Amino acid sequence: MELDLKKINLRDVNDKLQNLDRKQNQRDFTIINPEGNHALCAGLTEEMNVTIKGHVGYYCAGMNQKAQITIDGNVGTGVAENMMSGRVHVKGNASQSAGATAHGGLLIIDGDASSRCGISMKGADIIVKGSVGHMSGFMSQSGNLIVCGDAGEALGDSLYETNIYIKGSVKSLGADCVEKKMDKKHVNKLKKFLKDAEIKNHKAESFKRYGSARKLYNFKIDNNY
Amino acid sequence: MCGIVGIYLKSKKFENSLGSMLSDMLVNMGSRGPDSAGFAIYQDDSEENFKYSLCLNEFDFERFKKEIESKINVLDIKKNSDHVIMKTKNEPNEVIKMINKNFKEISIVGYGKSIEIFKQVGEPKDVVRKFNLKSFSGTHGIGHTRMATESAITTEGSHPYSTGEDECLVHNGSLSNHNNLRRKLKKEGINFNSENDTEVAAGYISKNLSNKKSLNDTLKDGLKDLDGFYTFITGTRKGFAVLRDEIACKPAVIAETDDYVAIASEFQAMAHLPNVNNAKIFEPEPGVVYSWGN
Repeated sequence: MELDLKKINLRDVNDKLQNLDRKQNQRDFTIINPEGNHALCAGLTEEMNVTIKGHVGYYCAGMNQKAQITIDGNVGTGVAENMMSGRVHVKGNASQSAGATAHGGLLIIDGDASSRCGISMKGADIIVKGSVGHMSGFMSQSGNLIVCGDAGEALGDSLYETNIYIKGSVKSLGADCVEKKMDKKHVNKLKKFLKDAEIKNHKAESFKRYGSARKLYNFKIDNNY
Repeated sequence: MCGIVGIYLKSKKFENSLGSMLSDMLVNMGSRGPDSAGFAIYQDDSEENFKYSLCLNEFDFERFKKEIESKINVLDIKKNSDHVIMKTKNEPNEVIKMINKNFKEISIVGYGKSIEIFKQVGEPKDVVRKFNLKSFSGTHGIGHTRMATESAITTEGSHPYSTGEDECLVHNGSLSNHNNLRRKLKKEGINFNSENDTEVAAGYISKNLSNKKSLNDTLKDGLKDLDGFYTFITGTRKGFAVLRDEIACKPAVIAETDDYVAIASEFQAMAHLPNVNNAKIFEPEPGVVYSWGN
């Protein structure tokens, strides 16, 4: 079913997708003319496939549960923020705070993501085929952040237990973020992610793994980390 | 919050619709700044005379026209709502002094050979209608919708700020060292008409440009000297430049085609532009100066 945002207003489109009419057995939607609107497809809770044709604004697919959402364009700040499950695929670039605080699900970005990608993520998996900006993975707690390009300044600052895999260069590491050994189990895990995201031109073995040095976990009397 | 927009035309194709393109962008950004709006339009860069953009502030236009024509040789004077565009051969240092002395009620919002500035309090959609922005043509333009944070909602508090010939600045963000910097610049001879932080940044840029520093170098130095959050668009006679601070909390999106470069706080402000879906769309990186035409 096609939903044209030039004809139907944003709230009605979101309302339709958030309160799916089960009697109609309609689970495939294409949204056209998004024109940079904010909060499109936010708060979906059921299994469905949504394709958005064009560029969208802030918080697209926020709080997603179960839905598979593809954006054929760029996304603004906070795509898939606080996602719980499901899959969000951005075919263009993403602005800052992509996947912020996301608890679960998979976020794939074909282009670049700007600053603070995966900030405070709590269990989601984020795969960026391009590069990420500064402070990515800031205070992230759990899950995996995989970047096929480069990472900006202060990667993984103050992070907890997120695994960060970077193929390219890292401009600088944030406080308490260190490079860690790639064990076989990490390589195998990464292989699975690359397969899921249909990434064939990067080998899992060529990535570097970063994680927490766990020195900020406890207060140190001399405040010297 | 605040919304900022700008268009620089790379070809002549859209010169007649520049005002219309900018107008729709400003109206869309009304959601980020409902208090006031303003815009600067650059026209005809071969002009040799000076144009002064003035806000009447309820001063009677006919009286102003009569009195000013008795003092200087006015080539053309046009009223547009509560603003006036006056053309003359007389140099800025003479005209500015004369207006400030004889017409205290009137504020000079900008001057130069190519720039025209209009700004006023009110919802952006009303402000652009009032000045009939849609009817403007030009080579490039920038605009601002304001959500006031650190100074009053007045015409003086509205953007764009112009502190030098054919220069202007719009700003989304806030500066924290503007009082110190204002004191320093005042000592160096820059005049300020408001308590606004952006005016200080505009003065800082004018001061450096008047010292023959390039716009690129001026903005790069600004990264060290201007403390705070910002996305700036600064206009000059030949083009404009964009700069975001290194933290980059304040948004900006650029769309570039063969015919134009557009910038806005949010993509939705550009969604109506011709062929935008095939444009190269990117976010300016923090701490990097982007410029066109300069």
